[in-house]
Formats: sequence, C-alpha cells, structure tokens
Amino acid sequence: MAERKTEERSLLTKLSQIDRRILFLLIFACATIPLLLGAGLRMSVTAPVQGLYDAIDGLEAGSYVWLAADYDPGSKPELSPMNYAIVEHLFRKDIKVISGSLWAPAPPLAQAVFDEMAPRHGKQYGVDYVNLGFKEGREAVMVSIAEDLRRTFPEDHSGTPLDSIPMLEGISNLQDVEMIICVSAGYPGIKEWIQQIATRYDTAIGGGVTAVSGPEMYPYIQSGQLVGLLSGMKGAAEYEQLVERPGLGIAGMVAQSSVHVMVVIFIIFANIVYFLEKRRAR
Amino acid sequence: MRTEIPVAIAFVAGMLMVVSLFVPHPFIAEPAAVMRSWAIIITAFAYVLGVANIARISLHTVKKRTTDWQYKGALVVALVAMAGVGVSRGIQTGGLFDWAYLNMYVPMQATMFSLLAFFIASAAYRAFRARSVEATLLLVVAVVVMLGRVPVGEKLWPGLPAFTEWIMEVPNMAAKRGIMIGAALGAISTGLKMILGIERSYLGSD
Repeated sequence: MAERKTEERSLLTKLSQIDRRILFLLIFACATIPLLLGAGLRMSVTAPVQGLYDAIDGLEAGSYVWLAADYDPGSKPELSPMNYAIVEHLFRKDIKVISGSLWAPAPPLAQAVFDEMAPRHGKQYGVDYVNLGFKEGREAVMVSIAEDLRRTFPEDHSGTPLDSIPMLEGISNLQDVEMIICVSAGYPGIKEWIQQIATRYDTAIGGGVTAVSGPEMYPYIQSGQLVGLLSGMKGAAEYEQLVERPGLGIAGMVAQSSVHVMVVIFIIFANIVYFLEKRRAR
Repeated sequence: MRTEIPVAIAFVAGMLMVVSLFVPHPFIAEPAAVMRSWAIIITAFAYVLGVANIARISLHTVKKRTTDWQYKGALVVALVAMAGVGVSRGIQTGGLFDWAYLNMYVPMQATMFSLLAFFIASAAYRAFRARSVEATLLLVVAVVVMLGRVPVGEKLWPGLPAFTEWIMEVPNMAAKRGIMIGAALGAISTGLKMILGIERSYLGSD
C-alpha cells in the first residue's frame, strides 16, 4: 500500500515537472500545422473593430489620414496584418495616406505594405500615399506635426523635399487630416497620440495594438477618444473579414486558436496534477 | 550655480510647455514650438550616446575576453557593417541596407519575439495554480479570455466573445481606469515637483 502511494506520488511529481521540451514541441506543432494546412476560421466582429471600420468607411474619397506605423519587427506578425487590412480599406476608399513613424525600425515595414498594396490598387507614390519615415522625439514630434508638418518632416523617407510631393500641397499640419490611424506596439504609440493630439486638436484617432496592450485601450474607447481598435491578430483577422481580404490575420487565427486551446489544456492538466499532489500529501 | 541654473531652465521650459497647452497666442506658441524642435534634436543625440556607449562596453568585453565576448564581437561587427552600408550607400527602399534590414534583422527579431509563446506555455503549465481564491479567479478569467479571443471559443459557445468583451469593458476597464488615473496623478505630481525644483534627482548626485 505504502509502495503504491510512493509510486503515485512519484508519477505526479514527474507530471508536474514534465520536461519543458515536450511542452515546446506541442506548442510548435499547434502553431505550425494549422499554418501549413492554410485553414481559415470565420468569426463574429467585435464592436471596437467595427468602430474603426465604420470610421474609415465614413471618410470621403480624397480626404487625408495620418497612418502612424509605430512598431518594430518583433511585433510585425501581429501588427503587419492590421496595416495591410487598413491600407486595403483606405486605398479602396480613395483616401490619401500620409505615413510617418516614431519607431526607428518601422519605415521599411510600412513601405513593404505600400509596395505590395499600391500596385494592386493602382496607387502612385506622392499622389495617393507618402512615407515620411522616422523622426525621433516621441511626444514632441506628435505636437510638432500637429502644428507644422514641414518643420518636423522637411523630407520624406527617401529624402524628397515635402514641397515637391504633389499630394502634400495644402497640407500644413495634422489639423488638415481627417483622422489619425496608429498601428502601435508600445511607447510611443496610440496612447500618446490620444493624450497629445485627440483632445487638444479634436482629431479622430483609431488604430491597432498588440493583444497584450489591448486591455489598456478600453477606457479610451469608452470615452470616445478612440473611434475603434484592432487588438492583436484577432483584431486584424476581424478587419480582414470586414474588408473581405483574407490575409495573415485570418490564416493565423487557426494557429492562435490551437495554441490557446493547448495552453488552456496545460493549465487545467497542471492544476489537476497540483490538486492530486496536494491530496496525496495529506 | 550648478544647481540653480538647471533648475531655472527646467522651470522656464516646463512652465512654457504647460502654458502653451492653454494659451495659443503666438507670444507663447512660437517659443514653445522652438523648444519642441530643440527637444527633438536633443532626443536624437541620445541615439549617438547610446551607440557610443554600447560600442565602448562591447569593445571592452571583447578586449578582456570576458564571458560571452563572442556575442559582443558579433554586435560590434553588425553595428559597424549596418552603419557603414547605411552611411555609404543610403537607406533607400531596395538598397543594400534595406535588403539587410528586411532579410536579416526582421526575421531575427520576429524569431526572438515568437519565443514568448513557448515561454508563456511553459510558465502557464508550471506556475499557474489555483492556490488561493484570487489566483483561482485570475485563472478562470484568463481561460475565458484566452478562449473568447479566438474563433474556436465562439465555436464552443457562441456567447463567449460577447462575454469576453464584457470582461474587457467592465471589470478590466474599471481596474485599468483606476491604474491610469493613479499613474496620471503621480506623473502630474512628479512633473510639478521637477518644474518647481523640489525634485532634483535628475540633476545627478554631484
């Protein structure tokens, strides 16, 4: 009897201290197999995502938006699908896009989105969209753009003076754009755009953040300072569904679903083992 | 004077920024705009200091052959190579710098970030235990949100996404709002103390 109890305890200890490589392998399989199979899942659209879609959809053709690409390669898998879906919607609505960034690694990522989307929609650089690149200075840059665009960004990402870019004729500051859309991975990002610009200049702000930052943004949605929000890859997938352009967001949803389910199984299983161990110890 | 002059500069700069928020008159707005340009330039110089500092520390480690000196060596080589390419051939789209950035730096950093999924799974298995009422509550909510945030949760129970949104919009928002208001009050208090010269730790110890 005592031997059986010891054996059970040893098995439970083994289970509670399972080799982490087994866990890694299971997560790896859950993440990669659905991506390789290329499956997609439909989902209902949440209110913050619908809010952003409606706000962009309500803009008139020819109006301007500031697209702040404030992210880096680390968050690219989560945020780039949002950027693609938003640019798809903006180009489809014939809205002119001015992109700028407060994150040094972001301009090439934003440019890659334009390079892929512009030819598909027949859009021309300098006429329909422009990439102003990176400027250091965080909140000071935000306020500076809001007051004088050319003083803050005298040239675009490739060094072309702003005065020689046709679409920027008549655009002197952020007050000339209808909306700021920020795809952000942290600081400086959407929160700072709201704090510095939304209330001060009465400008509509919407955008997307990583899933981990999503909960922090809800107070701004409720207060109306944020017209809509895409949170994590799920937000990107919902937006792709709204614009009917399945991309990496929808493709990633099956992988993310299976990883989440696997983590939930881990938690439940580990807690069962924990309670059994506790009971045996008594 | 070593203390008084910086405190006076901080007072003038801080007050100017605060007043410019409420007074749009050019008498205030113009000097505030100039000062913001200075802030942008000064912040940019932080990059120069950062690069110089990391190069100095890394080169010292390589020279002394201390632990992991090889990684520091790789860092210096990468730093010099990327800076060299950027300065000599430009950073324009389609150039060598752009190619190296998109094909080397982007996949490497995305790989580092993706490792989080593995560590979170391992941590969830090893540490997420219902040891108390609070921990059990956290665990249950985490499971609900994790499932409600992916389409499979909707397949399990169609009401799950709406329930997850309720968690985000009510209990989560109440807690977040409390934290944000507390942090904002703290930031205002610290800001005022710095502007008025009560808080001087930013000046350094001597």
